[in-house]
Amino acid sequence: MRQDNKVTSEITKFAADAESPAAAERGVTASACRLSHSYGPVRSIDELDIEIPAGGVLGLAGPSGCGKSTLLEIVCGLREPTGGSVEVGGAADARGRLARCAYMPQRDQLLPWLAAIDNAALALRNHGIRRREARARAARLFERFGLEGFEMSRPGELSGGMRQRVAFLRTLLSGKPLLALDEPFASLDAITRAEMQGWLARALETDPRTVILVTHDVEEALYLSDRVVVLSSRPGRIVEEVRAPSARAPERDAAVTDPDFVAARERAMRALRGGAR
Amino acid sequence: MRRWGPPFLVLVGLIAAWQLLASIGAMADALSLEEYLVPSPSEIAESLWQNRALLAENAWVTLGEIVLGLLLAVAAGVSLAVLLDLSEPMRRALYPLIVGSQTIPVIVIAPILVVWFGYGMEPKLVLVALICFFPIAVNTADGLRSVDPEARKMMRTLDASRLQILRRVEAPTALPYFFSGMRIAAAIAPIGAVFGEWVGSDSGLGHLILQDNAQLETARMFAAAAVLAVIAVSLFAVLSIAERRVVDWR
Repeated sequence: MRQDNKVTSEITKFAADAESPAAAERGVTASACRLSHSYGPVRSIDELDIEIPAGGVLGLAGPSGCGKSTLLEIVCGLREPTGGSVEVGGAADARGRLARCAYMPQRDQLLPWLAAIDNAALALRNHGIRRREARARAARLFERFGLEGFEMSRPGELSGGMRQRVAFLRTLLSGKPLLALDEPFASLDAITRAEMQGWLARALETDPRTVILVTHDVEEALYLSDRVVVLSSRPGRIVEEVRAPSARAPERDAAVTDPDFVAARERAMRALRGGAR
Repeated sequence: MRRWGPPFLVLVGLIAAWQLLASIGAMADALSLEEYLVPSPSEIAESLWQNRALLAENAWVTLGEIVLGLLLAVAAGVSLAVLLDLSEPMRRALYPLIVGSQTIPVIVIAPILVVWFGYGMEPKLVLVALICFFPIAVNTADGLRSVDPEARKMMRTLDASRLQILRRVEAPTALPYFFSGMRIAAAIAPIGAVFGEWVGSDSGLGHLILQDNAQLETARMFAAAAVLAVIAVSLFAVLSIAERRVVDWR
């Protein structure tokens, strides 16, 4: 993947282009306090306390059924908690949270009948921007994110890695300050996944946002996040919090073999194994 | 060629066998009938040619009933599917009734329709629309609902309104479902039209078949049936081509 030196000079350009409230460019603070959720009698999340600074990346790792997806839905304002409170950028109500969060689903959910660029521009179209204008804005990001030349390709013609990139641009182009990424690279092979992690790290350097990254890949969580919260299986509660030693370091492969990183990974893995029991 | 070759060969074989059996009188013997009651394919073809003007005139009437009836069914079926999609209470109240309504044989309504609408085109349109409505409505409703909940969540966080989700995600997802409903509808629409004509009319292929039946004009009956089959197959083909052009991402 190519990394342009010009990228930084273009950040300011993008900032002016993006259809975003001023807050979007650096992200917003987000927090949860004694957050709980139950499906009927089944408790899925148990008294979570989470704090994310503006522009911070929080990794959420945990076994299946730890309520990660439910948590993302609650943060994004798609669901209300059954106990405790949650707040994104000062908004505690569901509508306010929904207005500040963009969700990137597990499978990319690109619409197969739309060209890649129209998929990326979906939020702009939803905001009532005409197609030509929406495409022009998305096209600038395609250049910067290594998707140039694939604007008019249908998702079915793109590789797995490219599809995830388009899905991420779609999330970014919403102009929302908080991005909720639900296992964004789970469907990719190991090599492409490593490559995409490096790509996402650079993307977040040039376009910082507050990010909640759900993954069951501890290495991915530790490389991309500032802090990783390990959740137990149902009901999901915090069993460990690990500071990431090298958040989004430019050289991914070197970063993940660093002794500090390996130690942090072992700690998180132990917590994960313990919490799964 | 690979796709259409085998069924074509089977069809030619069947017609050839029929021709052979009919020309030596074997079919009439087997059915204990006079030979003129069991026409051979060549006699049917001859009748088809001789009566081309009459057949075309009546085919035109029946085709009109089928196509207009189908359009009526599409308008009603798709509107109802959208209504069920947008309103959960409506779905709960209406969906079981729609499915249940299919246990009423629509054909028994035909005489009533004639009483209400007379001998013109209207009762045929209503009959075609009534039997075609069901597969279109149910397939489209199921298609609209088949959208991945994750895609819905994604669209909501991208600030899509309910109608934008319908237009940008649900409607395209439902298109292949709609087309399978349409194909079923196109296959049964001629039945509705012909039955409508049987119950009361002064033109159309169904009317012609009924007349020929009374006059023991069996060759022309078969000729009319063949024209009807061509109409049904053509409709099917037009729909398949339309589907491939519209649903071009599969």
